[in-house]
Amino acid sequence: MPDEIKLAHGGGGSLMNDLIRREILPLLGNNHLDALPDCARLDAPAHPLAFTTDSFVVDPLIFPGGDIGRLAVCGTVNDLAARGARPLALCLAIIAEEGLPLDTLRTILKSLAAAARHAHVHIVTGDTKVVPRHAAASLFLTTAGIGSLHDQLDFTANRIHPGDLLLINGHLADHGIAVMSARPDAAFLTDLTSDVAPLADLVNAVIDRCNSAVKCMKDPTRGGLAACLNELALNVGFVLDEQALPIKPTVRGACDMLGLDPLTVANEGKMLFVVAPDAAPDALDTLRRHPLGRDAAIIGRVDKRAGLVRLRTTLGAERIVDMPYGEQLPRIC
Amino acid sequence: MCLAVPGQVIETKDETAVVDIQGNHLDVLTTLVPDAQSGDYVLVHAGLAIALISPDDYHEHQRIMQEIQNYAQRALEQP
Amino acid sequence: MQNSPTRNDADTPTAESAHLVKLLHRLATRLHPRHINVMEVCGTHTAAAQAAALPALLPENVRLISGPGCPVCVTPAAFIDQAAHLALQHHVHILTYGDMIRVPGQTTSLEEARRHGAQVSVVYSARQALQIAARKPDKNFVFLGIGFETTAPATAVALAAARQQHLTNFFVLSAHKRLMPAMQALCSDQALAIDAFIGPGHVSVIIGSHAYTDLVARYRRPCVIAGFTGQQMLLALVHILTQLLDNTPAVANVYGSRVSTEGNRRALDLIAQTFTPADTRWRGLGVIDQSGLALAAPWQTFDAAHAFQLPQPPDAEPPGCRCGDVIKGLIPPADCPLFARRCTPDHPIGACMVSREGACTAWYRYRRSENHHA
Repeated sequence: MPDEIKLAHGGGGSLMNDLIRREILPLLGNNHLDALPDCARLDAPAHPLAFTTDSFVVDPLIFPGGDIGRLAVCGTVNDLAARGARPLALCLAIIAEEGLPLDTLRTILKSLAAAARHAHVHIVTGDTKVVPRHAAASLFLTTAGIGSLHDQLDFTANRIHPGDLLLINGHLADHGIAVMSARPDAAFLTDLTSDVAPLADLVNAVIDRCNSAVKCMKDPTRGGLAACLNELALNVGFVLDEQALPIKPTVRGACDMLGLDPLTVANEGKMLFVVAPDAAPDALDTLRRHPLGRDAAIIGRVDKRAGLVRLRTTLGAERIVDMPYGEQLPRIC
Repeated sequence: MCLAVPGQVIETKDETAVVDIQGNHLDVLTTLVPDAQSGDYVLVHAGLAIALISPDDYHEHQRIMQEIQNYAQRALEQP
Repeated sequence: MQNSPTRNDADTPTAESAHLVKLLHRLATRLHPRHINVMEVCGTHTAAAQAAALPALLPENVRLISGPGCPVCVTPAAFIDQAAHLALQHHVHILTYGDMIRVPGQTTSLEEARRHGAQVSVVYSARQALQIAARKPDKNFVFLGIGFETTAPATAVALAAARQQHLTNFFVLSAHKRLMPAMQALCSDQALAIDAFIGPGHVSVIIGSHAYTDLVARYRRPCVIAGFTGQQMLLALVHILTQLLDNTPAVANVYGSRVSTEGNRRALDLIAQTFTPADTRWRGLGVIDQSGLALAAPWQTFDAAHAFQLPQPPDAEPPGCRCGDVIKGLIPPADCPLFARRCTPDHPIGACMVSREGACTAWYRYRRSENHHA
């Protein structure tokens, strides 16, 4: 077996077969995948289905606390969880650039497998392609996930009501900063690790306790909490309390150094919960009892100023939190 | 054009130092503050230490706050 | 580590700030019906004020005006086009601070140039730029030198290292600026209604608080040097209003001993050895005498403008644009004929809308939130 990916690995011939049977199946294999069907057959549940997809292009592929494989499972599982859906199955598309070391692929496949086990879901079908090499021999993953929705409750933005409270399960901006610090051109070193984690279990605990008092959920990934809230602020507005935001001093220090706003930095193990005010203490309690919610906090509330996301600053006044434009860049001003 | 952060020097080398900024480690040029020692606090701008920060900085800040408020009070008391 | 110098300034308790706000309002009431315009010169102060929501807290007769010190205003539009030209025509790899990537020039931006194949990379420091160039001797690299006296020393250190390492592929395109000539120009403008200045804390670390003395003596306007938190700016405002009430305009410093009277001697020497003052253009304001820092003669081989024989492109303010008057606080954004019609945050024309903290950008967003208030 060669030690790096070649174009022929994506050619559909013997080299690709070898790659699948020797590298992919041993790690990801299950009842569905082992037969290598073009289509997986799933038993459909009685309830409506949730269906989501995401592509993963993170650079570097491996970073403190995780890698693109873990990200690919957790990202899609968390999108299902945000709708209150139990994951039923995932599919996985791999696009590898020629020259990718096989060891790197193995590490990532192992992470994929471990994350899938952790999330109690199988990868039931997939596809592999190889493309010519660009600047770096990289890897792109796409996962799609099918989930089974809650039989009575739905969690959507139009259920949000002025007076509802905003909760987050822990520290913000860890992931984005950890990934930045791992790039070869990074200016700084840090002990920070990505928070990437599957959140379905955490979400279920909150739903079990609070039921329909949970109005809507969303994971603040790319663009951070700022993007997440701006996407939800359709018929309502949000006010965040700056003093209540859980942000590690190390993250704040890195953001100060680079001129980044922690509200715009990505998270991969966080879920925003919009909860009716009476149920907020219970929701907070449930979160804090869970390993992935120890640092949970109530961080803001919903009001009528539709379309506007604001932050109440430590000076006691409000400023607007805009949808961030693209990637946040280190600045000197 | 003035983004700078405080940090603590944890190691000095020839013309550089490793500065701890709330747990992040940055390699920084000490050309402008050659006397900075391990344990000192410095202000870092774009990879360059531009000033030493007094170890008494916090209390100094409190004093400044008080002085300015006193100054304002006195002026307000004038007719 | 609550009391350590590296405590996070954003953890400042709200109670302290609330007290300062009350004091500010009392002072403003005493000064009433006088209207006070305070200008903060540095873009980092504009950003800090907006991030802390400071404008919302000000008394009705006190106005905070953003001066011309943001990355957009301190670089002429043509500078961006020159950099793009270097990358696209001369196949130079541009290294720049992140601030410049999205700034529109006259015809293009660095981001757009990159889409068309230009090599443009963001660096955290001039030193990092040098390290990148040293690793790839077969490629020419141009580092965009922007910023005031805070940032110029870093460029100077990188140039000295480039010389020492005998690099022939590292160049600097300088748009560095000097603070005092700009403040001087603002003060000497007869039409200007600026009553006081908040001095940029980190430029002041380099140039020293005594750099403001002549200006204050001549124009009798308070200059208070402050750091970059909302609370620091509040402190400066309280000091300014007290000075105005007392009629004792002076230089003051609320940023502590990191700002000395004489500044950082080494930094000033480095700047004097590496750069020479030049008449240079500020976007929105036009040319201000001796306000730029061009590479001095001994460093000409590293000067990208010289090495690549860059023509001086004609540069002028866009027709109809009144950014200059907005920046000086003479008119509100709404009085510019282009505002919200041809000039919007999505399609900005002048510096005040190009800059994400520009007066017009801020006004535009404020109007949007006002409209939603009903």
